[in-house]
Amino acid sequence: MTTLLYAVLLLAGTGLIAAVVLYAIATKFKVEEDPRIDLVAERLPGANCGACGKAGCRDLAKALVEGGDLVCPVCSNEEWAAVAEMLGLHADTCEIKIPVVRCQGGRLNSIRQTTYEGFESCAYAHSLHAGENGCRYGCLGLGDCTRACSFNCLSMNPETGLPEVNEAVCTACGACAQACPRGIIELRYKHAHEGRIYVGCHTEDKGALAMKHCLSACIGCGKCAKVCPVGAIKVENNLAYIDFTRCTHCRTCVDVCPKHAIVSTRPSDPEPAN
Amino acid sequence: MKTFHKGGVHPNDNKLNADAPAQVLTYNGPFCIMVSQHLGAPSRPIVQKGDQVKRGQPLTENTAFPGSVVHAPVSGTVQNVTEAPDTGNFARPAIFIQPEGDEKEDFISDDPTLEREISLSPQEIIERIKDMGIVGLGGACFPTHVKLSVPKDGKAEYLLINGVECEPYLIDDYRLMLDKPDEILVGIRILMKALSVDKAIVGIEANKPKAIALLRQKAADCDGITVEALRMKYPQGAEKQLVKALTGREVPSGKLPIHTGCVIQNVGTCFAVYEAVQKHKPLTERLVTVTGPCVESPRNFWVKIGTPVSALVEACGGRPENTGKVIAGGPMMGKALPHLDLPVTKGLSALLLLPEEQAHRRTAEHCIRCGKCVEACPMGLEPYLLHAAVRNKRMDLCERHHITDCIECGCCQYTCPSFRPLLDTLRLGKSKVNQIIRNRNTPTR
Repeated sequence: MTTLLYAVLLLAGTGLIAAVVLYAIATKFKVEEDPRIDLVAERLPGANCGACGKAGCRDLAKALVEGGDLVCPVCSNEEWAAVAEMLGLHADTCEIKIPVVRCQGGRLNSIRQTTYEGFESCAYAHSLHAGENGCRYGCLGLGDCTRACSFNCLSMNPETGLPEVNEAVCTACGACAQACPRGIIELRYKHAHEGRIYVGCHTEDKGALAMKHCLSACIGCGKCAKVCPVGAIKVENNLAYIDFTRCTHCRTCVDVCPKHAIVSTRPSDPEPAN
Repeated sequence: MKTFHKGGVHPNDNKLNADAPAQVLTYNGPFCIMVSQHLGAPSRPIVQKGDQVKRGQPLTENTAFPGSVVHAPVSGTVQNVTEAPDTGNFARPAIFIQPEGDEKEDFISDDPTLEREISLSPQEIIERIKDMGIVGLGGACFPTHVKLSVPKDGKAEYLLINGVECEPYLIDDYRLMLDKPDEILVGIRILMKALSVDKAIVGIEANKPKAIALLRQKAADCDGITVEALRMKYPQGAEKQLVKALTGREVPSGKLPIHTGCVIQNVGTCFAVYEAVQKHKPLTERLVTVTGPCVESPRNFWVKIGTPVSALVEACGGRPENTGKVIAGGPMMGKALPHLDLPVTKGLSALLLLPEEQAHRRTAEHCIRCGKCVEACPMGLEPYLLHAAVRNKRMDLCERHHITDCIECGCCQYTCPSFRPLLDTLRLGKSKVNQIIRNRNTPTR
C-alpha cells in the first residue's frame, strides 16, 4: 500500500514542480503579439501559397497589421473587404496592383551612343554610367527586375530591350520595383477592365536634353495636365505624373501628348468568373 | 629589391615613348571646370554668369568636411554656371569660362627660380594647401590637407612618396620626376615639415632607372629623404601595398595607413604642394599622358584643368581610325569615356586610346576553381567566393569575408582564365555592404 502511495505522491509532486517551473518560464519569456494578427490570419485562405510575396498567410497578416500595403491575390473581393474592415482600412486601398515600366527608351526609341560590356546588373551599370543612350533616368535593360521576380512574371523583350509584365502571373509583390536602381517600375492599380494609363517616361531632364536621348521622352510641356478633366496630372521637375487614384480613364491626355509618352494599356479580356 | 609579398600581377608595362619631353598644350577655347573634383563632400560655385575672373581666383567653396576648392585656370568671363556630363555621362555642376586677356591674382608668382627656403609654419602650410585646392594626384583626388591633419589615434613617423607608377602605359609621374626633381624634393620637405616627421622614403619601381638615379643623386643633399628602388609588381602604387613594400608594416583590416605611422603622397602632389606653398599657385594645371598602341606619338602634356579631352587627343595626332575605347587613367583601374567632350579634371592622369581589337571583353566562362584570383589578390581576399556570394545576394557572407577591404585593383579579373567579371561583382558587393554598414550605424529611430 505504502509503495503505491509513494509512487502516486512522487508522480504528483514531480508534476506539480514541473508545472510551476513551466508556468514561471512561460510568464517570463512570453512573446507579446498583436491579437489582430491571429484574427486576420484566420480570415485569409490559409493555403500559404506565397503569391503575396510573403512567406505565408500568417506572415502576410503580420505585415498587414503592421501597416504594409499588400494584397492577397487569392482572396475574393468579399473576403478581402472583410479583412480590410477588420483593420480599419478602406477596401479600395487594397485594390490589386500591377507593376508598370515607366520607360519606353530601349532599343527602338533611343539612340545607342556607348556600349556597355560589364557585369549584367543594372545596379552595377547605374554606378558606372548614365546608360547606353545617355539618359540617366531610363531603363538600363540589364534585367535586375526580371531576376528579382520569384514568379517569372517579368521578362526582357529582346526587340525593345525593356522588361515586360505578364499580367496573368503577377502577384504585385513589388520585388521588381525595389530591385530597379532607378525607380522606373511603379505599382499601380491593375484596373483589369479599363486598363492602365501612365506616363511611360521617368526623366527629370529638361525637354531639349531629354529629346536628345529619347524619341518618346516626356518633355514636361504640361499639355496633359491642362486637358485632364479631373486634375489627376501634375508636372514636377519636367516630368508629368498621373495620379492613379484619381484617373478616370477618359484617355484625353493620351491623345494630346506630342511625344506619345503616355501609355495606355489595352484592357485585358475579362477573366471568366469562377 | 623590396616589394610587397601578398598577391599582385605582372602586366606588360608598355611605357611607350617614355623619354619624349613634355609639351605645353595651348588651347584657347572655352574651359569647362567641374565644380567638385575631389573625393568628399560636394563644393558650391561662388561665381555667377557674366563675372570676370582672374587666373587663380577661387571658383567654389566647401560645403562640408572633407572638401576642396577649384580655381580659374585662365582669366576671362564666366559664360555659364550649369551642368556638364562627367566620365559616367551623369550631369554634374560645372562652370564654363571663356578666356580673355591674361590677368592673374597678385599673390601668384610665375618666377621659375627654385625656392628652397620654407618660411611657413606647419599650420600655415596645411592652410595654404587647403586654399590652393591641392588633392591627391595619384588618381583618388582625396584632399591633401585632410591627409596632413593626423587624427588623434595616429602618429606620423614616415612620409612615403609614391613614384611607383605601377599602371601600364602611364608615364606622367616618370616625366615629372625627370623634369622637376628639385621641386619635388622641396615639396617633400614641405610635407615633412607639415607632418613634423624626419623620415621620408621615395618608392620608385625598377623600370625607371633614370628617375631612381636622378632622385638619389639630388636627395643626397636632403636630410632624411631616401630613394628606394622597388621590384616591378602591380598594384604597388596602392597605399597599403606601398606601406608594406617600403616599411614592411601591414595596415590592419579596416584601418588607414596612418595607423601604422605612414602618410603617403604622390610625386605629382609633391610638385603641386611646392607650387602652392613656395609660389602660391593654385592647382590649375597638371601633367597628362596621352598614349596607346596606335597613337602616333605618345607623350605628356601640361594641361590646364578644364581643357576638353578632345583637344588633348588632337594635339597627339588625332584619334586613330581603329580606336575602340578611350580610357581615362591606366588600363587596370581607368574608366572608359563615353565621348571626348569631357573636361580635364584634377584626377586625370592619362588618356589611353585602345584599338578595337583590344577594347572588348571576352565572353565569361564557368569558374574552373583554379584559384588564380586568390593567389593574385593583394589584399588576401577570395574573389571567386565573394563573386558567388554577391550573385546569390549573401551580403552577410561578403561582410564576413572582408569584401570592404577590396581596393578594386582588378588583379583578380586580370588573372582569371575564364574572363569572369570578378571586379564588377566585388565592386557591387562592396558598395552594398558599405551601405548596409552605414545604415546599421545610423539608426533611424
